[in-house]
Amino acid sequence: MTARARDGRGGPLPAAVVPLLRAAALCTAVLALLWIARHGPAEPGTALAFGLLAAAGELARRPAASGAPYPLHEPLGREPAPLGAAAALAYALLAGSAGESAAHGALQAVAVVLAAVLVGAVPQAARGEPGAPDHAVRRVLTTAFAGVCCAALPTAGEFVNTVGRGPAPALPVLLVAGLAVLCDAVLAAALLRARTGGPYGPVLREELRALGGTGAAVGAAAAVLALAAGAAGLWALPVFCLPLLLTQLSFRRCAAARTTYRQTIASLARATEIGGHTPAGHARRVAELSLAVGRELRLPGHELAVLEYAALMHDIGQLSLVDPVPGGATVLLPRAEQRRIALLGGAVVRRTGVPAGVAAVVEQQADPYREQCPAARIVRAANAYEDLSGGSGGSAGGALAALEQLRLGTGRDFAPEVVESLARVLGESAGAGGRR
Amino acid sequence: MGAVTAIPKAARAVVTGVVLAAGACAAPAAGDPAVPWAAVGLLAAVHALCELPSRGTAAGRFPPVGAGSFFPVLLAAAFLLPPSAAVLVAVPGSLAGGAEEPGPRLRRAWRAARLGLATGAAAAVYGRLRPGPERSLGAADFPWVLAPALAAVLVFCLVAAVLDAVVRAAAERVPPGARRPLLPSPAPHCVHGLAGLTMAVLWKSPYGPPAALMVLPPVYLSCRTFAQYHRERAAHQATIRALVQAVDLKDRYTRGHGERVGRASALIAGELGLGEERLETIRFAGILHDVGKLGVPTRVLRKDGPLTPAERRTVELHPEYGHEIVRGIGFLGEAREAILHHHERLDGTGYPYGLAGEAIPEAARVVAVADAFDAMTSTRSYRRARPVPEALEELGRCAGTQFDPRMVRALTRAVQREGWQTAVTSDEAVPPAARPGPRGVPAG
Repeated sequence: MTARARDGRGGPLPAAVVPLLRAAALCTAVLALLWIARHGPAEPGTALAFGLLAAAGELARRPAASGAPYPLHEPLGREPAPLGAAAALAYALLAGSAGESAAHGALQAVAVVLAAVLVGAVPQAARGEPGAPDHAVRRVLTTAFAGVCCAALPTAGEFVNTVGRGPAPALPVLLVAGLAVLCDAVLAAALLRARTGGPYGPVLREELRALGGTGAAVGAAAAVLALAAGAAGLWALPVFCLPLLLTQLSFRRCAAARTTYRQTIASLARATEIGGHTPAGHARRVAELSLAVGRELRLPGHELAVLEYAALMHDIGQLSLVDPVPGGATVLLPRAEQRRIALLGGAVVRRTGVPAGVAAVVEQQADPYREQCPAARIVRAANAYEDLSGGSGGSAGGALAALEQLRLGTGRDFAPEVVESLARVLGESAGAGGRR
Repeated sequence: MGAVTAIPKAARAVVTGVVLAAGACAAPAAGDPAVPWAAVGLLAAVHALCELPSRGTAAGRFPPVGAGSFFPVLLAAAFLLPPSAAVLVAVPGSLAGGAEEPGPRLRRAWRAARLGLATGAAAAVYGRLRPGPERSLGAADFPWVLAPALAAVLVFCLVAAVLDAVVRAAAERVPPGARRPLLPSPAPHCVHGLAGLTMAVLWKSPYGPPAALMVLPPVYLSCRTFAQYHRERAAHQATIRALVQAVDLKDRYTRGHGERVGRASALIAGELGLGEERLETIRFAGILHDVGKLGVPTRVLRKDGPLTPAERRTVELHPEYGHEIVRGIGFLGEAREAILHHHERLDGTGYPYGLAGEAIPEAARVVAVADAFDAMTSTRSYRRARPVPEALEELGRCAGTQFDPRMVRALTRAVQREGWQTAVTSDEAVPPAARPGPRGVPAG
C-alpha cells in the first residue's frame, strides 16, 4: 500500500513528458534544418568556428561512468561535456545578441549545435554507449530555449537603457545564460528520471545542486565566449577555450582516478569474501541495501558516499579472526568480540584515505544505536538483516523472520526509524519484483 | 610565536629584503594620477575572494584550491594596470589566504611580496612590449597582443620561481635546484594567462568589469578539479597500502614484506630499463603479490610447526586468491598476472599452473626474485635474516632452475650500486588490539 503510494509520486507525469520532449526536439531540429536549407547560413565563418568548438567539446566528453560498481553521487555533476555545452550556449547567445532577426538566429544556432552533437556522438555510438539521443535532445532544446530568450533581448536592452542610469549590455546576456543553464538542469533531470526510474524530486535536487559548480561554470563560460567574440572577434574563441578544454580534461582525469579508487575499495571489500569470512556478494548487497535506506531517509549526497564506503568495508575487521565466524554473521557473536572486530576494521579503513567519517562508521558498528551516527545505524541494520535473512538465497519467510528479529532489537541495537525504512525499502523491491 | 623560531635567520632576511623590494616597486603608485584606483580595488578584492577558501576549513575537509595558486586575476591586473599598481593587487589576497605553521604571518608576507613582484614584473614587460601606444584591447589587437601577453606570463612564472628557489635555499640550507627542479612547468601559468587576457579584453570592452568577472567561475572550477584529482590519486595509493595492511592483520611476521618486495621489484624493473609506466605497475605487483593470503585461514598462516600436506595446499592457493581479489582493479593490468604467477618456477615445477621459461609473464619473474630476496634478508620468527651478499649468492645458485637469471643479475647489479635497506620503512607499531586473541598461536 505504502509502496504503491510512493511509486505514484513519480508516476505518469514524467512518463508522458519524455516522449513529448523528444518530439519537441525533433520538430525544432527539422525546422532548423529546413530554415538553413532555404536561407543558407548567415555569417558562415562564425557558425563554423562555434560549430567546431562545440564538436571538439563533445568529442572530448567524459566517458559514461562505466566500471563503477555502484551508482554513486557525482560531485562534478552529470554534464559530460562542459565545453560542448558552453560552446553551444554561447552560439545561441551570440546569435541572439547580434541584432537583426533573432528568431532566425535561434534556428541557425539549433542547426549548428545539432551538427556538432551528431559529430560528437559518432565515437560514442561506436563504443556502444547508451544515452546519445537524450544528450542530443537536451542540447537542442536548451539551445532553442536560449535562442528564443535572446529574441526578447533587444526589448530588454532598451528597457535597461531607459530605466537604468547607463548602458549595462552584459546583464541581459548573463541573465539568459543563467536561465538556459537552469532549463538544462530541469531537462537533464527529466531525461535521467525516465532512464533510471525512481522519484523525480531527488534527481532534480541533485541536478540543481550541481548548478552551483559545473552549471554556473558552463553558464559563465558561455556568456564570456559570446561577449568576448563580440568584443575581440573570433580570436577570443581559442584564447578562452584552451582553459575550458583543460577544465574538461581534468574532469576526465579526475573521473578516471575516482573509478580506479572505487575499484580498489571494492576489492578490499571483497577480501573478506575470498577469505571465507563472509558469503560471496555480502559486502555489495549490504552496500546496496544501505544506499537504498539512506536514499529513503533522504540523506544528503556526501553522506551517501560515506555510507556506501562504510557498508562496503564494514566487515574488514573480521580478517583478524583466527577462525571465520560461521556464515560471517557477526550479529550472533558476543558483544565484546563484535566491538573488537569493529575497532580493528576502523583501524584498517583509516589507512585507506576515504573520508574520516567512514572509519568512524565502521568503528561504531557494535555500538547501541543511541551512540551511533545515522550512517552507522543504517549499516548496522542492513548488515544484520543480510546476516539473518541468509543473503540472496534467503526465502521470503527468512526475510520476514529477519525483519521481526530486527524489530525485537529496536530497544537497544537497531534504530526504530531505520528498521521501518528498511522494511519499506524491502517491501518496495518485493512489490516491484511481484509486478514484473 | 614559539613556532616561528623554527624558521632560520637567513630565510627571515630574504623575506625582509623581498618585502622591502616589493614596497619600493609599489611606491610610485602613491602620487601617480594615472592609476585607476577603482580598478585596483576591484581586482584586489576579487583576488582576495578567490583566496579566502584556502583558509583553514572545517576539520577533515581540504581547501578547494591551494593558497597562492590561482593567478588569472593577477595576470589580468598585469595586462590592465601600470606596474606599481599591479604590485598592490596581489597584496590583500595573499594576506587573506591560508598559511601553514610555522610562522603563518611570515609566510603570508612572503607570498604577498613574491606574487606582487611577479605581477609587477609581468606588467612592466607587457607595458614595454604591447603593440599600441594606448592600453586598448580589441579585435584589431589580435593576434599581435598574444606575443607580449605570453612574454608577460613567462616573466611572471620566472620571477615567482626564482624567488621561491632563493627562499627555499635559505630555509633548507641546500643550493637551489638540489631538491626540486628549479623551474616549474610554465603550462599552468600559460592557461591562467589566457584566462587573464580574456578578462582584460572584456574589462576594456563596452561590457565592462561584470562580464570580465564571469571568466573566473570556469577557471576556478578547473583548478578545483585539478586539486581534487591529486587528492583522489593519493587516496587511491593509500587504499592499495590498506590492502597490504589487511594482510598484515592476519600474517604478522611478514609485516613490511609487501612494501619491500615492491621496492625490490621496482629496482629490477628500473635496471632492466622498462618504461616508467611498467615500472609503476610492477611496483604495485610487488606490493600486492601476497594479497591472496587474505583468503588463507589465519590459523594456517600463523601455524608454528611444519604444515600438513592439506594445509600446504591451502597456502599454495594464495596466488589464485590474490588474482581474484584484484581482478576488478582495472589499472593494475600486468600486475594481476604477476600476482597469479609469482610462485611459478623457471623449470616448470612451481604453482599454480606449472608454467615454465618464457611462458611465465615477465612481471611475475621479476616479483618472484624480489620476493625470495626479501624473504631471505628479513628476520622471520623461525630464523634470523641472512646478509645481503649471501642472499644474492643463493639467488645466483637458483638462477636457471627457479629464477630467471636476467632478473637475478639485474637485482645484483642494482643492489651493489644502490645498496639495500632491510629495515622496515612504512611500518608502525601493531595496535594493541591486533594482538592475537586467546586462541591465537604466538608467532615466536
